[in-house]
Amino acid sequence: MKTWLRDNGRALRDAVGRLLASPLASGLNVLVIAVALSLPAGLYLSLTRLQSFTRQLSTDPQISIFLALDATAGDAGYVERQLRTDPGVGTWRFIPRAQALADLKRSAGLADVLDDLQQNPLPDAFVATVRDNRPETLERLRDEAARWPKVAHVQLDSEWARRLDAAVRLGRTGAAILGGLLSAALVAVTFNTIRLQILTRREEIEVAKLIGATNAFIRRPFLFFGALQGLAGGLAAWLIVEGAAFLLNRDLGILASLYSTDLRLPGLRPADVAELLGFSAVLGWLGAWLSVTRHLAEIEGR
Amino acid sequence: MISFGQVHKRYPGGYDALQDVSFAIEAGELVLITGHSGAGKSTVLKLMAGIESPSSGTVLVSGQNVAKLKPAAVPFLRRRFGIVFQDHKLLRDRNAFQNVLLPLQIAGFDGRDAARRARAALDKVGLLAKEKAMPVTLSGGEQQRLCIARAVVHRPAVLLADEPTGNLDEAYGRDIVHLFRALHQVGATVVIATHDRMVVQSLNVRTISLSRGRLEA
Repeated sequence: MKTWLRDNGRALRDAVGRLLASPLASGLNVLVIAVALSLPAGLYLSLTRLQSFTRQLSTDPQISIFLALDATAGDAGYVERQLRTDPGVGTWRFIPRAQALADLKRSAGLADVLDDLQQNPLPDAFVATVRDNRPETLERLRDEAARWPKVAHVQLDSEWARRLDAAVRLGRTGAAILGGLLSAALVAVTFNTIRLQILTRREEIEVAKLIGATNAFIRRPFLFFGALQGLAGGLAAWLIVEGAAFLLNRDLGILASLYSTDLRLPGLRPADVAELLGFSAVLGWLGAWLSVTRHLAEIEGR
Repeated sequence: MISFGQVHKRYPGGYDALQDVSFAIEAGELVLITGHSGAGKSTVLKLMAGIESPSSGTVLVSGQNVAKLKPAAVPFLRRRFGIVFQDHKLLRDRNAFQNVLLPLQIAGFDGRDAARRARAALDKVGLLAKEKAMPVTLSGGEQQRLCIARAVVHRPAVLLADEPTGNLDEAYGRDIVHLFRALHQVGATVVIATHDRMVVQSLNVRTISLSRGRLEA
């Protein structure tokens, strides 16, 4: 155990030393890895965040029933009775037109525009959910409600969220494919770097084998090198994603303020960072392992 | 300790380096293997350390058939040998001390203990003052002695030396012969392949003579 730790410590020092010995070459490799990782990582994370947002919106499919503008309290009472007696309806609430206007003024920053209006353009509305959340139940309720007197419009609110969710899912799959391809590029970059190192250190490997070095002993510094290079690439990718989010958020902030909303790209959470770094280190290690296994067999001391 | 039984070695291309070679070397013995160049001396040493394997016949080291060892076991066989290579095989990008340290690192010695042993080995060959020197800055004799230090630093059971006095003038050569005699006296088995008459005469020990790959009577 002590020997194992000592050997690994030595291999790690050896790997760090070689990484720092040629800063330009190492830097360029790290940059390539970072670019390859930051693109899918940034995309994937943004879409993941967006999807969890749309999921929240679409978890409870709702039906909105808008009454005509000239509907009376009696008409609203009729709809309320219908909803109460319908066995498929779960929860429902009534939103009077005055409250709807107040809500709109508060949330969308359209107070200036709305104040100019002569009268309230919004109708009374009911928002209902169904017990079983099944599309058939929702559609039946929509069709029935549309036939009730003084009902102007019935809308399934969940539809736009479901469409957005599907679009985001498509984007996320695309990002995953991109990520897979660029991960393969990372492995290839490491493979080649290690191949060159093995070629330049051929003599040393031969001698070490001749005086009794095991393959594990020879392989270890290369594996550390690959993992460290991948890790450095992951760190750089993290900085790139954060930097890009910072720059984009500045412009996005201006754009969002024009719509009176707050829209921001999220930074990476600690768990995301850990995942990114672990992933890049493992890929670097894998590339090094493939390369060392492939090329070490060719070198036999004579 | 080491025994060859009807060993035949044919290199790729059909060159027969050894034919029907049989001999035994006891533990603690000092033996010379002599012969003109190309007689098969180096091949004998390489077969002992599992660097080459015989085309037929058996090579036994401490009762183990070298040719039948699993690849994973070969490094552990080699650690029982100290090898002085004909072409030194010193690492040019490491200084004298680091070169001598390598076998100890491979064998997993503790850092402080390894440094102490490496300095002791350098001292033994008279190179302690040059521990920081890079191999290219050393003379031929110094490189040869450095190679010996690296071969003995992990206290191997068997020391194999391939033409250790080649290309050295006689005074240096004698130093090295003394060094081997001293190592033998502290208990190591020593096998020296040489065609240097001076070595043969000054050691005056059992000699295995090869001629064109066969034992000479």
